[in-house]
Amino acid sequence: MIPEPKVVNTIINGDSKQILVSERDSLLEALRDRIGMTGAKEGCNNGNCGACAVIMDGRLVNSCCVMAAEVEGAEIMTVEGLASRDELHPLQTEFLDNAALQCGICTPGFLMSSYALLQENPDPTEEEARFWLAGNLCRCTGYDKIIDSVLTVAKG
Amino acid sequence: MVATEKPQYKIIGTRPRRPDGVDKVTGRAQYGADIKLEGLLYGAVLRSPHAHALIKSIDTSKAEALNGVHAVITNADLVGSGQTFQPTTAEAIESGTYWQALEPGKASPRWAAENILAGPKVLYHGHAVAAVAADDVHIAQDALELIDVEYEILPHVVDVQDAMVDGAPILHPQLRTGVRAAGVDTRSDIETNLASHMRLESGDIEKGFAAADLTIEREFTSSQFHQGYLEPQNATAFWSHDGRINIWTSTQGSFMARDATADVLGVPVASVKVTPMEIGGGFGGKIPIYLEPMAAVLSKKSSRPVKMWMDREAVFQATGPTASSYSKVKIGVTNDGKITAAECLFAMGAGGFPGSPVGAGVQCALAPYKIDNQVIDGLDVVLNTPKTAAYRAPGAPATEYAVESVMDEIAEQLDMDPIDLRLVNVAEEGVRNSSGTPWPKIGAKEVLEAMKSHPHYLSEIQGEDVGRGIAIGFWFNGGMESSSSARVNKDGSIALILGSVDIGGSRASISMQLAETLGVTYEQIAPQVTDTDSVGYTAVTGGSRTTFAGGWVAYELGQTIKAEMISRAAKIWDISGDEITYTDEGTVVGPDDAEGNKRVFSFNELAGKLQATGGLIAVSASSSHTTQGAAYGGHIVDLKVDRDTGKTEILRYTAVQDVGTAIHPDYVEGQIQGGIAQGVGMALNEEYYYDSDGHLMNGSFLDYRVPVANDLPMLDVEMVEVPNPGHPFGVRGVGEVPIVPPQPTIRNAVYDAIGVRFYHTPMSPRRVLDELL
Repeated sequence: MIPEPKVVNTIINGDSKQILVSERDSLLEALRDRIGMTGAKEGCNNGNCGACAVIMDGRLVNSCCVMAAEVEGAEIMTVEGLASRDELHPLQTEFLDNAALQCGICTPGFLMSSYALLQENPDPTEEEARFWLAGNLCRCTGYDKIIDSVLTVAKG
Repeated sequence: MVATEKPQYKIIGTRPRRPDGVDKVTGRAQYGADIKLEGLLYGAVLRSPHAHALIKSIDTSKAEALNGVHAVITNADLVGSGQTFQPTTAEAIESGTYWQALEPGKASPRWAAENILAGPKVLYHGHAVAAVAADDVHIAQDALELIDVEYEILPHVVDVQDAMVDGAPILHPQLRTGVRAAGVDTRSDIETNLASHMRLESGDIEKGFAAADLTIEREFTSSQFHQGYLEPQNATAFWSHDGRINIWTSTQGSFMARDATADVLGVPVASVKVTPMEIGGGFGGKIPIYLEPMAAVLSKKSSRPVKMWMDREAVFQATGPTASSYSKVKIGVTNDGKITAAECLFAMGAGGFPGSPVGAGVQCALAPYKIDNQVIDGLDVVLNTPKTAAYRAPGAPATEYAVESVMDEIAEQLDMDPIDLRLVNVAEEGVRNSSGTPWPKIGAKEVLEAMKSHPHYLSEIQGEDVGRGIAIGFWFNGGMESSSSARVNKDGSIALILGSVDIGGSRASISMQLAETLGVTYEQIAPQVTDTDSVGYTAVTGGSRTTFAGGWVAYELGQTIKAEMISRAAKIWDISGDEITYTDEGTVVGPDDAEGNKRVFSFNELAGKLQATGGLIAVSASSSHTTQGAAYGGHIVDLKVDRDTGKTEILRYTAVQDVGTAIHPDYVEGQIQGGIAQGVGMALNEEYYYDSDGHLMNGSFLDYRVPVANDLPMLDVEMVEVPNPGHPFGVRGVGEVPIVPPQPTIRNAVYDAIGVRFYHTPMSPRRVLDELL
C-alpha cells in the first residue's frame, strides 16, 4: 500500500517551498530526492555521522532523523544557504584556504555544525570545538585542519 | 621541513586552493548519489541473513507484483552472452559439475558475479541475493520483504586460524591451494580454505639464527577494520535500447569499473561508459564494483535509469573491510642490535572469495631493514566474512605491526634506544629488499634521524600511566598507467582533462606539476576529471600513485606543448626551432633579429597566435611507469591509559615522513593526518564483531566507532624530502605510509605506560581492562 503524498510548506534558505513528500520521507529525503537539493549528504541515515546536518528553526539537526512532515511551517537552512550572493561565508573561505577538506562529502555537515557552534559559542576553546563537532565524522583529515579552521574563524 | 638537495620550484611547494573546492563548500559538488535523471527509479538490495548457506530457491513473484516495482533481479540475470562460462543451472549444482575442482590457485570465472549477487551459496552475512528497482526507495524496500528465499544453513567460519584447521567448514569445494613457495609441504589436491601459499626467501635462515645472541618470536592477531568512507557505495545506470550502458558512480577507477562491469555482464567494453562522479572517500574500498552491474541490469529490465546506494549497514556487511590477520614473527639479533635473521608467517582472511592483501603485506613486512637471511610466508584464506577490499597500504599495517612490535621488545632486551636499533639495521640505496630487488635512493635513514632529533622525541614525558612509543612504516607507492590530455586556449589558459578520479586533491597536485613544467600560473590551468570515453586508459586512484603518475603524464604533456610552442614561434619568426629556447618563466625566446630587436613571446602572447599558425594545441599523453616511490614514515606518540575505563588517550602525536617532494604541502600534511587518524582507530577501538552465528553485530557508525574530533589531539607532521630519483619532480606518493606505523607505535607506548604487551589490535578499552583486572 503506497501512502498518499503529502504537501509540506516550509522556508528553505529564505525561499518559501512547497514539497510533495511521501509520509515516510525524512527531511533529508525530501531535500535530496523530492526537490533536488543535494548539499546535505547521506552518510549513515541514522544520526551517527552528521553529513546531513541542517539548521531547523535555529537548531542544528541531522536531517535524516527528522520526518519531512515535521518541517511544516519551519525554517530550514542548508549548506546551499551559507554563502551570500556575493561572497562565501568565512567558514567556507577558511575551509578552502586551510585545506580542511579532502573528499568533501562531510564538509556540508561540518560547515553547518561549525556555523551552529559559532552562533552558540562565538569563541570556543579547542576542546569545546572538538566536543561540539564530535557528532560529525570525517575519515580523510584527522580533524586537525577542520578544528584549526573553526578556531581561526572564531578568532576573526 | 627537512630537505635534501631539491631544485627551486615556482609552483611546487605552494598551497593554492583546490579547483573543486568552492563546489564542495557550497554543496554544489555532484557526488554519485546526487545525480538526477528523468524517470529515475530507485534500487534496493536483499541481503543474506546467514553467514553461510545454500540457496535452495528464490521466489520474486510477489515483489514483482507490488505496485511501483519495475524490476527484480538475481544472479541469473547478471550473466549476459559474452562470458566464457555458461549460466549456473540447477542441474549443474545438483549433479555436482558446478563444484568440480579448479586448477590449484585458480579462481572461478563466476566468482566476480557471485560476489555482486550470490550464486548457489551465500558466503557472508549481508551477501547480496536479489535487487529491486521501484518508484522510490521505500517501495523498493517494501518489495524486498516480499521476496521468498529458502536457505539451507551451513556451518561457517569467520576466524583465519579456525579456517585453516582440518575439518573447517569449506566455503568453495572447488578451491585448491595455489602454492608459490618452494620447499613447503602445502597440498594442492584437497578441499581447503587456503587459496594460496606464497614465500619470499633469501640467504641462509639457519645460519642467521645461529649467529644471533638474542632471538625473539611472537604471535599477533588483528581484527577486521573497515575503510569507513563517509559516502556509501552508489551507482546509477541506464541501459539503452541500443545496448549502450551509461554508468555514473563514485569509484576510485572509472576504467576499472567499466572493465569489471563489462566482464560481469558479458558485454563489450566499448558499450559501457562510466562517468566518475565526485567521490566521498574510498581508501581502497571503492576499487571493487558492487552496485554497477545490478543497476545496469535493473535498468535493462525496466527501460528506466536506476539509482542505487547502500545503507551504512550494507557498507559494513558487504563492502571491503581489510583482512583479519594472524602473524608469527621471529627475529634474531647480535648484542649490538644487528639483525642476523628473520622468519615470518602471515595469514590473512580474504573474506568470501580469495584475494586478501597478504602478498603486499609480505613484501612490506621487513622493508625498513637490511636483513640478509630471511623467509616470509604468506597465506590467503577464505572466510565467511565480506570479501576484503584494499584499505590504505593494503596488508602492510598488519605485517609491519608484528615486526615493529618485536623490534620494540628487542630494543628493550638489549637496552637500546628503539630508534638506534632501527638505525643499525636501516635499509638504504643498494640494499636488496625481500623480493631481491636493490632499493633505489630511499629515505628511511633520514626519517629515523629526523625522529631522533625531533623536539617531541627529545622532550621529557611525565605522569602516571603515561608512555611513549615509536615505530616506522613502509609502503611502495605504485606507478601504473595514467592518461591525460591538454588543450591550450587562445588566451593561454589550459584545459587539462584527467583520467584519474580525484579523491584527495589530485586535480590540484597534477595541475601544479603541469604549471611548473610550462612556467605558467596554477590559476590558468582548468583541470577536469572526465569519463571513460573521453580520455585514455587510467588505472585506479590508489596505491598513492595518482600525484606520482598523473604528475608524470602532466610533465610529458608539458614537454610536448613546449616543443609545439617552439615550432610555432619558429614559423612566425621564420627561423629554425633549434635557435629557440623555452625558458623556465614560460617565455619563448629566439635570437635577436637582424635589427637587433629581441625575439620573445610570453606563453599567453604566443597562445594568441596559435590559431593563425596551425591551430590551437591539443595534446594527449599516456604513460605507464613501473618505478616506485618507496617511502617510509616514523611516528612518535605520547599517551595515557585510564586504568578504570581501559581507555587510551592520545596526548601528543608526531609523524615524520619522507614525502619525496611535497607538491602541495597542506595536502601532504592532510594525507598524513588522515592516515594517522585511521591508524589510531585500528590501534584503539575499531573492529568487526561477529556473533556465534557469524552475524556482523556492529554494522553502524555508532557501534563500529571511528575516531571522532575529541578522540584526537592536533597531529604534528614533519615532512622529510628525499626526492624520488624515478620521477621528474621527485614525487614519492604520501597517502598510505601514515596508516602503517600507528598500531605498533601505540602498542609500544601502551607498554611504556602500563607495562603490558598486547598481541592483538585493537587494544580496545575492554581488552585493556581484561589485562589490568
